[in-house]
Amino acid sequence: MTSRLVISSENEEFLARVNELSGQVITLCDQCGTCSASCPMVDEMDVTPSQMMRMVQLGQSEVLRTKAMWLCASCFTCTVRCPRGLDLSRVAEALRQTTLRQAADHININAIPRDELAALPQIALVAGMRKFTG
Amino acid sequence: MNSNSVRLPYYPGCTLKTAASSFEISALASAEALGMELIELPRWNCCGTVFSLTDDDLIHHIAPIRNLIRVQEMNRDGILDNENRLVTLCSMCFSTLKRAELLVRENPDKLKTINDFMYLEDDYNGDVTVVHFLELLRDMGREAISEKVKRPLTGLKVAPYYGCMMLRPKEVGIDDPEEPTIQGDLLSALGAEVVYNPYMKLCCGSYQTMNEKDAVVRLVHDILSHARADGAQVVATSCPLCAFNLDKRQKEVKETYPDFEEIPVLYFTQLMALAFGLEPGFSGFDQNYVSVEPLFKDRQLIPE
Repeated sequence: MTSRLVISSENEEFLARVNELSGQVITLCDQCGTCSASCPMVDEMDVTPSQMMRMVQLGQSEVLRTKAMWLCASCFTCTVRCPRGLDLSRVAEALRQTTLRQAADHININAIPRDELAALPQIALVAGMRKFTG
Repeated sequence: MNSNSVRLPYYPGCTLKTAASSFEISALASAEALGMELIELPRWNCCGTVFSLTDDDLIHHIAPIRNLIRVQEMNRDGILDNENRLVTLCSMCFSTLKRAELLVRENPDKLKTINDFMYLEDDYNGDVTVVHFLELLRDMGREAISEKVKRPLTGLKVAPYYGCMMLRPKEVGIDDPEEPTIQGDLLSALGAEVVYNPYMKLCCGSYQTMNEKDAVVRLVHDILSHARADGAQVVATSCPLCAFNLDKRQKEVKETYPDFEEIPVLYFTQLMALAFGLEPGFSGFDQNYVSVEPLFKDRQLIPE
């Protein structure tokens, strides 16, 4: 079956915005899949890192509804391995920030049981709050 | 303190004062044994833990740069004698401070904005170099380390775990991002038998431990069961968040994978303090969830 994709000006604007926020030229991605093969969190993701890159290339803002961008732990494994020199950690951060800057937090700290929060060291709490809240 | 000791500014970070105090205590004592005096930065503040990755965001670089200004002040006030290396222990603090150092070095316009914003502080002049304690130990050379060893860790099989932040990205990594040896080299100078674990640089899940515990449990299981399978008796690390996930999360790993065999996780500095024959308190083994004491008593590394 053949499907037709039409790239609208909205799609182009979304790509331009993610390029700007991440400082990356996302169209350079040639979909080799090295990032997806390297990602420690890929088992839990709904789309793989390379699929996430493809969605951004096509300007599909639905990427903002994926679980994958929140599961990225900023471990930079894909970043050191990308043969195109792209920093995917920055792309995932740009996607997270696009949502967080609309005052839409990813986590509700009050929903995490008190005893679990109390057991976490500051390093986990500060990093988690920085990544999951605006 | 020996008058010949090298005085270096030191940034602890939040967790080394609480959950990872055994890391700080053992590192400071080991540094002293090696002729280094690590002087805590006056009025240090949280580095922010993670380096901000969006191009238009400068506000989150204020915190790390403010800490670098404190190093300048220590030199200005005569606490240090022209010493611009800032020593870190925590891998996440290292990464955040180091990347901020490089960011403003490469972007004078961004530095100017940051300096203008912090108008009550001295301007940051860009001279500070953030280093990880492991780099200092490597630069001292194997001989300088091994000659301080009083109680060699002979026969103890240790798997170094590197995690992410001291290796990646490349511009801040202290060793080869794919085949690091810096921690293993130190452990071998202490007399330990270094176990190669291909999962030594697999992310432990980091701060996802807050929200995605199942993923962290899977990763910790993979990292530790491979270390075990390769013969390791202990895993060594340099990051309080890795240490939390690798040690404390073994409770949940055991619940999910009943066949899992627990393994103690220590900071590399605890092993160093032990090998240097420093007082047991300096090694602080009591903070661990999985106790190392039965193993060490069995090997006569600590008293019965």
